[in-house]
Amino acid sequence: MKHLIHLKVNGDDYELAVAPHRTLNEVLREDLALTGTKFGCGTGDCGACTVIMNGRNVSSCLTLAVEANGQDIMTIEGLAPSGQELHPIQEAFVTYGAIQCGFCTPGMIMSAKVLLDKNPNPDEPDIRAGLSGNLCRCTGYNKIVEAIEKAAHQMNQD
Amino acid sequence: MPLPKFKYLAPKTWEEACAMLAQYKGKVRVMAGGTDLLIKMSLGAAAPEYVIGLKNIPGLDYIKYDQTKGLTLGPLALLADVADHPMIKEKYDAVAHAASVTATVQVRNMGTVAGNICNAAPSADNIPALMALDAEVTLARLGGKRTVKLDDFFQGPGKTVMEPEELLEKITVPAPLPGSGTAYLKISPRSKVDIAAVGVGAHLVMAGDVCQMARIVLGAVAPVPMRARKAESLLTGQQLTTDLINQTAAQAADEARPITDVRTTAEYRKTMVYVLTRRAINACAQKALPPCAK
Ligand SMILES: Cc1cc2nc3c(=O)[nH]c(=O)nc-3n(C[C@H](O)[C@H](O)[C@H](O)COP(=O)(O)OP(=O)(O)OC[C@H]3O[C@@H](n4cnc5c(N)ncnc54)[C@H](O)[C@@H]3O)c2cc1C
Ligand code: FES
Ligand code: FES
Repeated sequence: MKHLIHLKVNGDDYELAVAPHRTLNEVLREDLALTGTKFGCGTGDCGACTVIMNGRNVSSCLTLAVEANGQDIMTIEGLAPSGQELHPIQEAFVTYGAIQCGFCTPGMIMSAKVLLDKNPNPDEPDIRAGLSGNLCRCTGYNKIVEAIEKAAHQMNQD
Repeated sequence: MPLPKFKYLAPKTWEEACAMLAQYKGKVRVMAGGTDLLIKMSLGAAAPEYVIGLKNIPGLDYIKYDQTKGLTLGPLALLADVADHPMIKEKYDAVAHAASVTATVQVRNMGTVAGNICNAAPSADNIPALMALDAEVTLARLGGKRTVKLDDFFQGPGKTVMEPEELLEKITVPAPLPGSGTAYLKISPRSKVDIAAVGVGAHLVMAGDVCQMARIVLGAVAPVPMRARKAESLLTGQQLTTDLINQTAAQAADEARPITDVRTTAEYRKTMVYVLTRRAINACAQKALPPCAK
């Protein structure tokens, strides 16, 4: 049996009928065509599927769409809605070479956003702890940490 | 791996959830955060026809403290909220610390302490700390309730005394005694976000330099989280000396019954029980000191 759910994604409201076994990741990517959120491991290990739900970063691959009913969700697409101007975290990732293949990037940035929302002046261990649920196979993390430090600095000046 | 199909039940009250559990007994699983259950389902290790989503019941994520009753955690108290809670950090720091070293940021934002207990993995990070603090769980079923000490709750990997028609209603941890210190230490093969290869929870009550009471719980070194009772008895009533602490740690390592698996070898686990028990006792003794002596 399908369940009627209401999702608020990046400020937009959606009414959807979803089967219980479908994950939020599947619904975002397949039904809403928001493919910025990636699917990696499907087991909560890699963080590529990270979205922000009610201010917390969660794995969309381990969230049932029926349980996201009524929740406020933000995906990477919501950070730069115009597609023109980037969010300062995105800007810093580009500027400081924190992106190689890019597969981990949307999830990294969503976790970085939650971290900076909670703690605008994180030190390096704070940043590494905040990203502990996001794996990157390319960059070796140092440039990601540096980009987030720079983004924090920039955001505190704005 | 896509999830297999199932029917999703959304009770609005606790009583309704108990009734659903009784009605669909054997074909149903309850879900808290789903971080264990959904993975088991996608791997085919669990194939319930029905899933009861506890999140539909409002208010189950509570964290309460009362001087006589101690700490109470609701069935949906999140790992992230337990880890960050100022009162838990102050009065039950091993409990907060154990939650903070469980899994990753995202999993802590979804998973619950109750789910960690019910899942009953020998390596579950929250159990040694809670058991060292003599926590108990209240189990509810349609028309009845009982409380069980964590000491008596686990029967084997994934096995507990909980009946199929029972739900874990709350976790209660007694108020800390004066002079008590608690610690949870964990070693995992890759990083601290990994499943524990060995975990040690300890709770000491000190009067000056004499240990009045000791509880030492070992995780991931037996089919269930286990008390190192002989090690505990070496400490009780004794003055804490370096020699005694070393001897106790060696006794704990002797009591551990580890296996060799993908994470590490049995031999390494025993050695780490020694190391972590020693550190945990020292940490407890340090924390138990009255504030002026620190
Ligand atoms: C990437 C990743 C890393 C992890 N790392 C760790 C780690 O480092 N340490 C660790 O200990 N664990 C770890 N886990 C396991 C898991 O996250 C924890 O065990 C978590 O606490 C489970 O909570 P949950 O609410 O998600 O449980 P769920 O998956 O919802 O439930 C777990 C089990 O308990 C039952 N259950 C839940 N609530 C109740 C209730 N109220 N009454 C009766 N039965 C109930 C369910 O039916 C199910 O069988 C990890 C998991 C992932 C995905
Ligand atoms: S795809 Fe969700 S954590 Fe890897
Ligand atoms: S940039 Fe390729 S995985 Fe991170």
